[in-house]
Amino acid sequence: MKFGILVNEGPYQHQASDSAYQFTKAALEKGHEVFRVFFYHDGVNNGTRLATPPQDDRNITVRWAELSDKYNLDLVICIAAAQRRGIVDEEEMKRQGKDASNLAPGFRISGLGQLIEAGIQSDRLIVFGD
Amino acid sequence: MEGGVVKKFLYVNRRAPYGSIYALESLEVVLIGAAFEQDVSLLFVDDGVYQLKKGQDTSGVEMKNFSPTYNALGDYDVNKIYVDQESLEKRNLTTDDLMALTYEDEDDDYAEKPSIRVISRDEVADLMEEQDVVLSF
Repeated sequence: MKFGILVNEGPYQHQASDSAYQFTKAALEKGHEVFRVFFYHDGVNNGTRLATPPQDDRNITVRWAELSDKYNLDLVICIAAAQRRGIVDEEEMKRQGKDASNLAPGFRISGLGQLIEAGIQSDRLIVFGD
Repeated sequence: MEGGVVKKFLYVNRRAPYGSIYALESLEVVLIGAAFEQDVSLLFVDDGVYQLKKGQDTSGVEMKNFSPTYNALGDYDVNKIYVDQESLEKRNLTTDDLMALTYEDEDDDYAEKPSIRVISRDEVADLMEEQDVVLSF
């Protein structure tokens, strides 16, 4: 089975990111394919490298990045949602004249078309949200 | 655009237009998605029916009133807009309270036709059942 994953809520505030991660990890371990994980709404906050959760808690961003590294998983942050919320890669930093970037390794920023494409290409698109 | 694959996409809008950003960002997905020439339907349920209410005035909350954008959906070939009857009734709303969204039917000499269809809960279930992709906001 080929899955697309949509994450609509921010990390820690809401369990959606954790559930999406657990589902994605389980699917990959079972040998399924995950076409793409798309982060929308506050879900884009999964992709900041500046978060510092307590040492004895999970680090949601690092966990996604490790999964991406292990399975070559495509983690895409929506550019429109990211611009509103201050998630910035090197390119956007230059383009918008910002003094910093904060996109975590393993993530990339792209457009909403990537979500629609995930819907078209996947056998199932699973939405994790509120 | 995607090798001719056409899937049935349903956008389920469940929340009021203001108070959270879900409605606005959902509409952004619909507009971008329209370029992919898929078979798109929109469903408004629960407080989501307020998104279609006419006469929205956001000056008091100092947020952008994005409701005029719904009028453009017809131009994007998004013309199947379903509204859950039970959700309307529970909020004392009728179709007269909603924006008169229309589209031009290119198969009928571009006659202007209403896009909004009020449907029952059973029809909502049928609508969801026949979809390939359901995006819930």
